[in-house]
Amino acid sequence: MIFYVTSLILIGIGLYAIIIKKNLIKIIIGLDLIETGVNLLIVSVGYINNGTAPIFSKGISASMMVDAVPQALTLTSIVIGASELALAAAFVILLYKHYGTLDIRKIRSLKW
Amino acid sequence: MIRSIFYSLFLGLIIAAVLMFLVAFPFGQNKMGVGQYYLDNTVKETGASNVVTAVTLEYRGFDTLGEMTVLFAAATGVSLIFYLSDEEKKKKKRENNRTKANFVVRVGSRIIFPFVILFGIYIILHGHLTPGGGFQGGAVIASGVLMLYLANPDIQIGRNKLLVTEGLAGLTYVLIGLAGLFTPAKSFLANFLPLGTPGFILSAGILLPLYIAVGVKVGSEFSGIIDDLFSTIDENGGEE
Repeated sequence: MIFYVTSLILIGIGLYAIIIKKNLIKIIIGLDLIETGVNLLIVSVGYINNGTAPIFSKGISASMMVDAVPQALTLTSIVIGASELALAAAFVILLYKHYGTLDIRKIRSLKW
Repeated sequence: MIRSIFYSLFLGLIIAAVLMFLVAFPFGQNKMGVGQYYLDNTVKETGASNVVTAVTLEYRGFDTLGEMTVLFAAATGVSLIFYLSDEEKKKKKRENNRTKANFVVRVGSRIIFPFVILFGIYIILHGHLTPGGGFQGGAVIASGVLMLYLANPDIQIGRNKLLVTEGLAGLTYVLIGLAGLFTPAKSFLANFLPLGTPGFILSAGILLPLYIAVGVKVGSEFSGIIDDLFSTIDENGGEE
C-alpha cells in the first residue's frame, strides 16, 4: 500500500509545483516529479505479494515472479521522460535568452 | 483567493480520479492474464532469461520502435534549437575561456571514461540475461560522456559521427525487423535466429542484436543532447 500512497503524494507535489510555482525551472522539476510518481504507480500495480524479479535463474520459477509487463512499459517511459526533460530544459534556455527572466508572470503570452 | 480555491479543487479532483482507478486494483494481487502468459512462455518462445527484455523487444518490439522514434524526435528538437557547427562550437569555447578543472579531475575523468563505456557495453550485452539492456546501457554510456564534458571544457565530440552512428543503429533495428518478413512467421520483427540455450550470452535469437542497436542509438542520442546543451554555455552573459 505504501507504494500507492507514495506515488500519489509524488504526483500531488508535482501538480502543485506545476500549477502554483511561477519559476520555469520549478515547473520542470514538477514535471519530473509527476513522471517519477506515475512510473512508481505503474510498477507497483504490477507487484504480486512475495514475488521476485521476473528473471529466470536457479531455483526461480514462473509462479514466484511479479508481473513483467508494467516493468517493460516503465523501462522505456524512463528514457523518454529523460529526453523530454532535456527538450523542456532547451525551451527554458531559449525563453531565458529571449526574455531575460524565468518568471512566467513576466513572460508575455505565458501570463495567467 | 478564488484562484487558490480553484487550484486546490483541481488538485483534489485529479488525486480523486487516480484514487478511483486504484480502488479497482488492490495492491499485491495478480491482476493480468497476459502477464502470466508471458511468464509461462518466455523461455520456450524467445529463449531469454529476462522476461522484461522479452516483453520489451519480442512481444512489444514494434512499440519499442515507436518509443525510439519519440526519443529521436526529442533529440532532434534539442539540436534544432541549439544547432552550431563543430567549428562554431570550438570558436565559442575558445572565446568563453572556461576555467580549467583541477589536474586530478581532468586526468582522472579520462582514465575512468573507458571503464564507464565498458560497463555500459556489459549492461547492453547482458540485457536478455540480467537486469539491464539497451536503454540502461545507453544511458550509462551517455553519463560517461557527460563526465568527460564536465571535467574537460575544451573537449568536443564530432557531431557528424554521432549522427551517423545514431542513423545506422536505427536502420539496423528496422532491417532486423524487415528480415522477419521472410521467415515462416511472415511478420515484422519475427525471430529468425536460433534461440540457443537460455542463460548463455549467444541466446534469445534477435534480442541481442536488437538491444545492441537500441543501446547504440540511446547512447549516441543522449550524447548529442549533452553536446547541444553544453554548447549553449555562455560565460560572459550568463550572470545578471
